[in-house]
Amino acid sequence: MTELLGIPPQVLFGQVMLGLINGSFYALLSLGLAVIFGMLNVINFAHGALYMVGAFVAWMMLNYLGIGYWPALILAPLVVGALGVVLERTMLARLYHLDHLYGLLLTFGLALIIEGLFRNAYGVSGTPYPIPEALAGGQNLGFMFLPNYRAWVVVAAIVVCFGTWFLIERTRIGSYLRAAVENQELVRAFGINVPLLMTLAYGGAVALAGFAGVMAAPIYQVSPLMGQDIIIKVFAIVVIGGLGSIFGSMVTGLGVGVIEGLTKVFYPEASSVVVFVLMAIVLLVRPHGLFGRPRT
Amino acid sequence: MKRTTTATFGALAALTLALPAQAEISDDVLKIGVLNDQSGLYTDLAGPGSVEAARMAVEDFGGTVNDKEIEILSADHQNKPDVGSSIVREWIDEEGVDVIVDVPTSSVALAVNEITREKDTALLVNGGGTTRLTNDDCSPTTVHYAYDTFSLAKGTGQAIVQEGGDSWFFITADYAFGHSLEQDTAAVVEENGGEVLDTIRHPLDTSDFSSYLLQAQGSGAKVIGLANAGSDTTNAIKQANEFGIVQGGQSLAALLMFITDVHALGLETAQGLQLTTGFLWNMNDDTKAFAERFAERRDGQYPTMVHAGVYSSVSHYLKAVAEIDDDGGEAAVSQMKQMPVDDFFAPNGEVREDGRMVHDMYLVEVKSPDESEGDWDYYNLVATIPGDEAYKPLSDSTCSLVN
Repeated sequence: MTELLGIPPQVLFGQVMLGLINGSFYALLSLGLAVIFGMLNVINFAHGALYMVGAFVAWMMLNYLGIGYWPALILAPLVVGALGVVLERTMLARLYHLDHLYGLLLTFGLALIIEGLFRNAYGVSGTPYPIPEALAGGQNLGFMFLPNYRAWVVVAAIVVCFGTWFLIERTRIGSYLRAAVENQELVRAFGINVPLLMTLAYGGAVALAGFAGVMAAPIYQVSPLMGQDIIIKVFAIVVIGGLGSIFGSMVTGLGVGVIEGLTKVFYPEASSVVVFVLMAIVLLVRPHGLFGRPRT
Repeated sequence: MKRTTTATFGALAALTLALPAQAEISDDVLKIGVLNDQSGLYTDLAGPGSVEAARMAVEDFGGTVNDKEIEILSADHQNKPDVGSSIVREWIDEEGVDVIVDVPTSSVALAVNEITREKDTALLVNGGGTTRLTNDDCSPTTVHYAYDTFSLAKGTGQAIVQEGGDSWFFITADYAFGHSLEQDTAAVVEENGGEVLDTIRHPLDTSDFSSYLLQAQGSGAKVIGLANAGSDTTNAIKQANEFGIVQGGQSLAALLMFITDVHALGLETAQGLQLTTGFLWNMNDDTKAFAERFAERRDGQYPTMVHAGVYSSVSHYLKAVAEIDDDGGEAAVSQMKQMPVDDFFAPNGEVREDGRMVHDMYLVEVKSPDESEGDWDYYNLVATIPGDEAYKPLSDSTCSLVN
């Protein structure tokens, strides 16, 4: 059998596939972060906590209200989005005229509070969330056994990412948003409600995090720590992709997932650092990230 | 001149001779420092539960030792050896802490072990599992109490090989504990005629195990040994289920699993797993009484073997200190070695020269949802492993305290 770098090709395909699956989560989360940074100029450290809240809302719906996975996939992001709107209106909106650092500190504090509350209520070991019946089982692809649920994650994540990109880059409301980023005063002069746009952008972006949380619930333990684990990596991905670049964050999310997956084969010990090594290299070579452009 | 010198020497000699008799509890207060993970992946198996267990032990002891107040401190070491070390140094130097308890995360336990040795402070390890604590790194001030990686290997590893699981693939947490558990289990596997095909080492606190599981699946090993703990173990088991590992004919060996992990996974996923534990809460009336008291104070959480071990080790330590009226690390620990342990946790326990507390371990199987009679009723007892078989014999010890 031919081998690539000492690894049979089937194993390699399998790992690339798994990398894409993990990359889907990265893409969904980094997309939301990129939208928030691009539109609101806020570095949203609460993103991981809201991803965790999404997973927990799905879990609570199932356990307290008997609402299953599919309705939760719509409802939980709406709940998280609504929470985001409240946070934006009552707190974040007051900080737009200040330095980035204030937004970062506020959202970091919020993340600690939200995670602390859940940790207090549910402990750290987490609770299980079953895979929806329609997606139980898996397919034997020859080179690997692919659980149906994971295949669904990739498809759903790509559809949602593309939808978001389309909304921002190709629709009228998206054009308002982009215009408001360039010049708020002028857009306001045209009679467009800019603060409302900002609120919607934040609510929509954190709803994406909530969506990712629901998608993650059946794969990982639903645990108050799940957001912490992933958010630092996602920040690195946004930096690699170029701060505020929507397309860049999506592509980088998937790409980093694959690179991380391959690291797990060749040198597993380094799998948790590889994304930061990549970030350092990219920053040295292209300080604005792979797809970013200098901000004026 | 000469007379003065002789007199001084005489006085000094008298003072030195008098010292042991004057040994007493320093600063008129006995301070117990519970050091563990209070925010990360090992919080539920140790964390605030261990603090509560220590509190219960102190209350049951009467709140004072030889009329001296007992105080409990606690801190979060974040699973980082440097953080743990600086807390312990501050505790000993500034706060006058006399005994450090719990310390899960073997890398932290090993770092603290060096400080307590240097500063003559007692260390009662319950959460940490590495056998290095009673071998190469053994110390006259350390007692390793609830379990160790050798006993886990002996329990779970041996049982699985004897049932025919003779080829192994390890998924190991890449730090002191994982290495120790993998090594001890591999030795047991090979001793019993099995073989180890391959090993993968993953960073501590990994959420996605699919890549490792796929590699383990491809290896064709009959048994996938999980040499990790806490949420690393639960995530790996959950995802192994998803990838159809067990349906595919391979079996999983969770080499260290606590009752809180089983609770988190749910019986649907965890049923049938064999594991080794140092404490069964529903073993008899005494263990039940402790567990129910604990659960009442912890919002319904039942004690892990670490929690029960903390209670038992603190009680045993207090008895020793009361006996000799001295809270020096080496003095207290050597007294602990003189006295047998006899409580609900270890009815016939003994602390050996190397610091190992030897007691029975239990091989259990996780019940199916139908068998379980309710929350926290999770284990069927398969076998009791007597202490002298469960722990590494003294004759094989590499500890310098063993002659």
